[in-house]
Amino acid sequence: MSANTVTQKPLAFSLKDFLSSFLMWELFKGLALTGRYAFRRKVTLQYPEEKTPLSPRFRGLHALRRYENGEERCIACKLCEAVCPAMAITIESEMRDDGSRRTTRYDIDLNKCIFCGFCEESCPVDSIVETQVFEYHGESRSDLYFTKEMLLAVGDRYEAQIAANRQLDAKYR
Amino acid sequence: MIDALFNFGLGLVAAPWWGELAWPVIWALIKILAIVLPLMGVIAYTTLWERKLLGYMQVRHGPNRVGPFGMLQPIADALKLMTKEILVPAAANKGLYFLGPVMTIAPALAAWTVIPFGPEVALSNINAGLLFLMAIAGMEVYGIIISGWASNSKYAFLGAMRASAQMVSYEIAMGFCFVVVLMVSSSMNMTDIVMGQGQGHFAGMGLTFLSWNWLPLLPIFVVYVISSMAETNRHPFDVVEGEAEIVAGHMVEYSGMSFAMFQLAEYANFYLVSLLGTLLFLGGWMSPIDTPLLNWIPGWIWLGLKAFMFMSFFIWVRATFPRFRFDQIMRLGWKVFIPVTLVWLVVVGAWMQLPAPYNIWK
Repeated sequence: MSANTVTQKPLAFSLKDFLSSFLMWELFKGLALTGRYAFRRKVTLQYPEEKTPLSPRFRGLHALRRYENGEERCIACKLCEAVCPAMAITIESEMRDDGSRRTTRYDIDLNKCIFCGFCEESCPVDSIVETQVFEYHGESRSDLYFTKEMLLAVGDRYEAQIAANRQLDAKYR
Repeated sequence: MIDALFNFGLGLVAAPWWGELAWPVIWALIKILAIVLPLMGVIAYTTLWERKLLGYMQVRHGPNRVGPFGMLQPIADALKLMTKEILVPAAANKGLYFLGPVMTIAPALAAWTVIPFGPEVALSNINAGLLFLMAIAGMEVYGIIISGWASNSKYAFLGAMRASAQMVSYEIAMGFCFVVVLMVSSSMNMTDIVMGQGQGHFAGMGLTFLSWNWLPLLPIFVVYVISSMAETNRHPFDVVEGEAEIVAGHMVEYSGMSFAMFQLAEYANFYLVSLLGTLLFLGGWMSPIDTPLLNWIPGWIWLGLKAFMFMSFFIWVRATFPRFRFDQIMRLGWKVFIPVTLVWLVVVGAWMQLPAPYNIWK
């Protein structure tokens, strides 16, 4: 062993310590502990059948929302594009016939996205939001490149849930 | 019933070569299959039970996805291992590399020949059964050394070195345990050792389980339990595999079935020492209390049940204790167990010289 142990003085003999180590007292205490734990209620969450509760602020799959009359909310202010730390958002816009500014392209590359929620925070019209959906997959990288149509479709599909979650969180905003 | 089967086969072909040569060989092979096949099944499900029990003690479920309650998990594992490629390291000594797993599993299975599963129900009921077991258990270390050496990997080699040191030192303590049992039962025949435990003061009162060897030989029993853990390289003495420092020891270069061989050998040994502990100390196939209801349960169920408890205790220990440091293992083996067993050997020897009422073995 190292030099440290050589300089240490051996401990004085203690009958109590000797007996407790010889009779394996502490080992039996350990066995009793694990024995008790074997009958505890299991903490495992059996995932596909059981799921954890999700916060209304959960940051899952992105969605673009619409107003109740079907008009898309996004006004192409590009604040989300600017704030996105991963530079996952690409927006192009032009003037629509009625004179309003709308996006012609609104893409989120979910391969890049870090799900920080800044886009949602920066949005002045609550258009881009993150839903509680986290069980989605892509079989190639291009599957995870979400275009405006796909994001709007997600928004349409989960609008009730999105609105309810916004409502729940409203008093903290 | 076994004799009837034997005689039935004997009468199948009325020729001297059949009765004298062919049938005894076939009969031995049938008996071997009748032991090895159930043993493999038991081993497969032991792995499942181990993972389950470890899970329960860590407040989780253990494998429960493949089949109901995970019952098909061992089969899935076996299929996976059988379909995997067996890789040979380029610098390995090829012949020895493949001899290693074989040498590991061969003694692990050979030792089962002398294990009796009931009165006189053993593959070969030889009168030096205990000695044979001791010899076969000593062979176990060769497979590990050969595989560690032939892998040509420093981790495998270190694992093999540790294994040889550890198994050799614990064999001594274990051997003394056998010697003490041998003294009190004055026989090396496994059946006689079990039968010897069914008599005595408490057995006369019907409390058979207090007459078994574990109580009068309690220190020896404890030493046997611990050194059998070390002998089979199980937790907390599994520095041979020691995945934290030497990856998987002698098994590190093996894959597929060649790796499965080591696992099979480990669990066969694991079951063997459990069964051996049951036979030597826990009264083998005898029921714990001498009542008609418990006696009605067949002996092999008692034997299996006791071995299962023994084995579950090993898993329990695995779930509880951290791995020993190697020098602590050596200290325990040489400086604690050997003196303790030697002292108890002398004590039992003196005890056996006492006159009848004090000598419980006469």
